Amino acid sequence: MSADEVTVTVCPDGPLLLRGPARLLGVDGSEVDHDRSVIALCRCGRSRLKPLCDGSHRLARFKDAATPEQMAHVLAHATPLPADESDDAA
Amino acid sequence: MTIDTAVASPALHDDPAPLPQPRGPLTTALLAALVRDPHRSLDLRHLSWEGDAASALADEDLQLALWIAYELHYRGLAGVDERWEWHPELLWARARWEEHLVAGLELAVPRPTGLDADDVVRELVALAEADAGPSLSKHLMRDADADQLREFLVHRSIYHLKEADPHSWGIPRLSGRVKGAMVSIQADEYGGGVASGMHAQLFRSLMHDWSVDDTYGVHVDHVPALTLLGTNVMSLFGLHRLWRGALVGHLTAIEMSSSTPNARYARAHRRLGGGEEAARFFDEHVVADAVHEQIALHDMAAGLARVEPAIAGDVVFGARCALHVDTLLAEHVIGAWESGRSSLRTPGLAA
Repeated sequence: MSADEVTVTVCPDGPLLLRGPARLLGVDGSEVDHDRSVIALCRCGRSRLKPLCDGSHRLARFKDAATPEQMAHVLAHATPLPADESDDAA
Repeated sequence: MTIDTAVASPALHDDPAPLPQPRGPLTTALLAALVRDPHRSLDLRHLSWEGDAASALADEDLQLALWIAYELHYRGLAGVDERWEWHPELLWARARWEEHLVAGLELAVPRPTGLDADDVVRELVALAEADAGPSLSKHLMRDADADQLREFLVHRSIYHLKEADPHSWGIPRLSGRVKGAMVSIQADEYGGGVASGMHAQLFRSLMHDWSVDDTYGVHVDHVPALTLLGTNVMSLFGLHRLWRGALVGHLTAIEMSSSTPNARYARAHRRLGGGEEAARFFDEHVVADAVHEQIALHDMAAGLARVEPAIAGDVVFGARCALHVDTLLAEHVIGAWESGRSSLRTPGLAA
């Protein structure tokens, strides 16, 4: 991974980890300045510091395995990964 | 944004810690030895601790002896010749004390073997989700008064004034992606190299805000063995390459159990009238550790288990030790407060 590459890591049962010099925008296109090299973006909806993660996913019992298989399937087919009744992929 | 209060605080340089008062025969003999010339041949075999594993973790004499011996590797001790750091007789004696410490830890929490990286992730998440023991952060958020918050800062100062230092011992013992993960966490702990942003200095500003003496090491005499135990466990894991797995697990447990308690501490701080700038210590930990939790768990802890499966169990052991030691101190502090006592050895130190 080069220094100017931006990646998004989908953390199991946790936030999105945004690494690299991503530009953070409001919907009107205005840029939000920040100096953090890695930021965790809330995925469970329970953070009091949105858009950032504050660790609330654990108290909220947020579950999403975010396996590469699941993500690849959803991206390709726009349907939940089949044969995984334990996982709430809705 | 107001001005950086760290600028207005005392100097950012730490002098060696003041020598503590002895707490028993071992520390009496140790402190007597440390004022002598380490260049002369000394027999320190009498510096032994006689106790069983069940009492090792809470023993005042043993934990203070370990803290003194370890502190020679950090900021040093006032008036003690720096050559004591690597004095072979002292290291021999310390190794015996460490055997007691390890025996106490192994008695308290299981040390698993035969785990793989997936097991490590599962175990560490389960530990973080388990809501065992009393919650110091909930107690502070809801019930504590200002003097109790000051006591909390005194306990925490033993670690936070050298925050991140014990885990940095691990950096030369790791390599590749695992090392990169630890370095990225530690870089944040050290404020990206800006002194006033170092977490230890943010903590100093917080102490200053609550009129608690922020001189390095000044509170050692005030805190019980269980507080010293917290940093002794980190120093044990950090100073021995043998324990690098436990060190990684310990740091991961800290990062995974940090965001929510720090949000509660921040509420306690503001409820009791603490300053906004000083609150940055807690606020920053909420955000930074939400990131660190993921890097520590997936890149550092699971990463180490993948490249060194033989010590995967130690990663879980180190995490268990971190949480167990935290619980022991929380039980002590809350127990003292609920019976109307100070949790410190010498109360009435504030302001």
